[in-house]
Amino acid sequence: MLSYIVRRLLLAAVTIVAISILSFTIIQLPPGDYVTSYIAQMATSGSTVSEAEAANLRILYGLDQPIYVQYLKWMRLIAQGSFGMSMEWHRPVIDVIGDRIWLTIVVSLAAVILTWAIALPIGIYSAVRQYSIGDYVFTFIGFIGIAVPGFLLALILMYFGFVYFNANIGGLFSPAYLQAPWSLAKVQDLLKHLPLPAIIIGLSGTAQMIRIMRANLLDELRKPYVIAARARGLSRWRVILKYPVRVALNPFASTIGYLFPHVVSGSVIVSLVLSLPTVGPLLLRALVAQDMFLAGTIVLLLGILTVIGTLISDLILMWIDPRIRLGGQ
Amino acid sequence: MPEDTATEQLYEQEEEVSIAEERVSVATQWQLMWWRFRKHKLALVSAVVIILFYTVVVLADFLAYADPDYSESQRTLLRPQPIHLFDEGKLRPFVYALVGTRDPITFKRVYTVDTSKKIPVTLFAHGYSYRLLGLIKTDIHLLGVQGTKAEDALFLLGTDSQGRDMWSRLMRATRISMTIGLTSVALSLFLGILLGGISGYYGGVVDTVIQRVIELLRSIPTIPLWMGLAAGLPSNWDIVKVYFAITIIISLIGWTELARVVRGRFLSLREEDFVVAAEITGCSRLRIIFRHMVPSFLSHIIAATTLALPAMIISETSLSFLGLGLRPPAISWGVLLQQAQNVQTLAFSPWLLLPAIPVIIAVLAFNFLGDGLRDAADPYGI
Amino acid sequence: MMNSEQKPILSVRNLKTYFFTDEGVVKAVDGADLDVESGKTLGIVGESGCGKTVTALSILRLVDRPGRIIDGEILLRVTGGEGRDHTIDLARLDDDCKEMRYIRGGEIALIFQEPMTSFSPVHTIGDQMIETIMLHRRVTAAEARERAIEMLRLVNISRPEDRIDEYSYQLSGGLRQRAMIATALSCDPRILIADEPTTALDVTTQAQILDLMRHLQQQNGMAVVLITHNLGVIAEMADQVAVMYLGRVVERGPVDDIFHDAKHPYTQALLRSIPSITSASKTLLPTITGSIPHPYSRPSGCPFHPRCRKYMRGTCNTADPTPVAVGADHEVSCFLYN
Repeated sequence: MLSYIVRRLLLAAVTIVAISILSFTIIQLPPGDYVTSYIAQMATSGSTVSEAEAANLRILYGLDQPIYVQYLKWMRLIAQGSFGMSMEWHRPVIDVIGDRIWLTIVVSLAAVILTWAIALPIGIYSAVRQYSIGDYVFTFIGFIGIAVPGFLLALILMYFGFVYFNANIGGLFSPAYLQAPWSLAKVQDLLKHLPLPAIIIGLSGTAQMIRIMRANLLDELRKPYVIAARARGLSRWRVILKYPVRVALNPFASTIGYLFPHVVSGSVIVSLVLSLPTVGPLLLRALVAQDMFLAGTIVLLLGILTVIGTLISDLILMWIDPRIRLGGQ
Repeated sequence: MPEDTATEQLYEQEEEVSIAEERVSVATQWQLMWWRFRKHKLALVSAVVIILFYTVVVLADFLAYADPDYSESQRTLLRPQPIHLFDEGKLRPFVYALVGTRDPITFKRVYTVDTSKKIPVTLFAHGYSYRLLGLIKTDIHLLGVQGTKAEDALFLLGTDSQGRDMWSRLMRATRISMTIGLTSVALSLFLGILLGGISGYYGGVVDTVIQRVIELLRSIPTIPLWMGLAAGLPSNWDIVKVYFAITIIISLIGWTELARVVRGRFLSLREEDFVVAAEITGCSRLRIIFRHMVPSFLSHIIAATTLALPAMIISETSLSFLGLGLRPPAISWGVLLQQAQNVQTLAFSPWLLLPAIPVIIAVLAFNFLGDGLRDAADPYGI
Repeated sequence: MMNSEQKPILSVRNLKTYFFTDEGVVKAVDGADLDVESGKTLGIVGESGCGKTVTALSILRLVDRPGRIIDGEILLRVTGGEGRDHTIDLARLDDDCKEMRYIRGGEIALIFQEPMTSFSPVHTIGDQMIETIMLHRRVTAAEARERAIEMLRLVNISRPEDRIDEYSYQLSGGLRQRAMIATALSCDPRILIADEPTTALDVTTQAQILDLMRHLQQQNGMAVVLITHNLGVIAEMADQVAVMYLGRVVERGPVDDIFHDAKHPYTQALLRSIPSITSASKTLLPTITGSIPHPYSRPSGCPFHPRCRKYMRGTCNTADPTPVAVGADHEVSCFLYN
């Protein structure tokens, strides 16, 4: 068991390093750098930037040095707790990101929890009551989840909400609370607005999980130990929940490791459509403006978030599966 | 003798059974697959749907009637015009004309339906010229209107915010979106088979390393990564370059799933007796892989590939929707949907959301088809 | 009519269990009559697919969709207080009701052919045994655990206090089957139904398990229904035998009568096909012509007639034979004896 945890931690650490390198590389991809786009920006408003000014800016932002030096500089900054300056907003990156990263975590977590909470009972129901009306209905909803990408679903729902109910379903807060400082009331407001985005983000993952649970449980239900348990006098549902579900839970739980990246990914686009005050919209803007530190930090944070989430789900899997705990067999 | 007739009956029965069995036992793998596949009604329907989609891909320009890039600022956001089939009892399809008047307050040209004027719609009409199948120069389109005046135009699905005809753009978009998925999948397939095969066949350290790399890639959130990579593409690249770059980006993550399937198959096949037998008779490694092992799991690969396509389509659509994938003047479903980002705009022009429908249908169809293929891939299974 | 001193504790009359599938109706059990007497062993013998297992499952009402008991009675004699007996018809009970659940494991226990797959892979043996005990008796968990250990000791499993916390994959085949028997007997059922209990075991272990079952039966006075296709096991263990073919009981009677004076052509053919050490060498082993018909195309009339040496055209293929007494406690369903 210990070796399992150590392996997971090592992998997580390596992944984070890989992500940081990738994030940094991404930012360096566009030809030119921030100063180039700054100059272009200035040009559209009519002013020009002299060569000297440009050179100075480059030195200021450290853009004149080789890439790996810049990367190491960035890493050192992070180790010291600062994520650099946003060139567009002229404020520290942490300030610009602010609450958004926490809200991203909250929304992602809500989506994952909701996915599990919904997929598990529905998967069980669909397997036990195979071919019933409920099964078909859930299968249908499942297909919607698979076929309709999150952002399209969000778009369609927003449209119907707007046109038929004159309601704006976007956002995580009511207008009154948007800029207000944190309070119990604000948290309650958040909780009220949370379910819809969480469901939209989680729907495709939910559909997938339902299919997995249903398929695995159907396999298990046919096995002799289920009838043997009933032959000992247990009631039907008690048998199902204690035995085959427990066995089918293993492959089910092993998929949650991949649920997290999926959810975090999905939340980025959906939050754009629903105008959620999370990290997604900010990332898009930063990428377009080639705001290096901001975009890179966001990608890094999202990556770390994913890795931690995956690690936690691996630990949960370990807790559920006695075979891993016992170290073998 | 009384026994004879009973046993005769028996032997007849047995013969029937064995004829049927023989048919099954001499059927090729592909025949078996086809028989099993046929049972899957949903998969069959999906196969037909996909064939239809690819027909559109080939005949995109023929099915369109207006130049997809031709924009007219006066004709922005027009409603879809329904085609009326019967004109006073006779089969003469037509649309009502649109009359343009200048709104006195905004000075913008506003178009309203004029029911007094009917414009006939003809089949195989002349329209803008294009190359059918990239070779034959022609200007025949499936539908068209006879007039060429500004007011005499056909807008089956309305126009977008720049006055371009949605239907024609949708036809072109289908072509791009359905093919970009193919190229991505082809690349993923190549990578997947190569790395999955090496991993599964050789095992050991190589396997562990590749497995760790796959795990690493799978635990990275894809969208921020794609956004980053796509945003990194120089804005002055032409459409074709961007197209291929996006293809590569999308397939870089997609290959992991295929690699997993291939590896799993190789691992289980390695232990099979027929592989051992081939090794004993002295077949070279390569020969064993390609002549003996690959045919066994080819069907699984086909199924896995078909199931990978929808993810590619969704990826491209998502990226283009954000403005980071294909960009105008390229046309894909994602690019079309970009116009629908704003709910207020949508509220007045809901037809902008129509490109969502082919996306959903294509994804569903590939999913069902892939499911059907996967079930059929195990001809000796239950 | 069966002629016995005491009434049987379990009587099955005209049991019909059909499976309604998309491709057709499978008449797994098509009119079976059985009697189980306490303290005695009834052996049910027949080829694979003749309906033996479905009969056992039907008795315990464990047949699920698409199968259903469509006719018949399953009469269990219950000893009430003050010596008053009454009978419950199990076929009439709702299959998940409290009574039925009590009967399963508490009155009638069932053990299966494959002990490996009969235990849950993710729960310990003890967990499953204790659960059963607590279900049928008002005892604490500690008391239940004691009882479980005692039962494991009873079936000759060494170090039961340790074994009880192991998983089924950690035990050998023979031990698993013993554990299965221990679980089944832990609540003192009056009837033990054993479905091919030794088929998955090697011959030595088989002998041990059969000895154990006989010993426990003598100790508790419980009835045993032994389902098998192995005539040797039947000869060794059974007091009464019922021969099944295609869902029907074609012959039943005392074990000696069946083996030495079989009346039904099928029983006779079965007995003939047993390789014997005394038969002449280099002669063909007698077989039964033909094979078991496809479940969807059952023969009309007597189910065995297409393969019967003594087939009477016009009679055997048109009507269903009914049971006829041919000796003390010996019944046959064959037109030869009408």
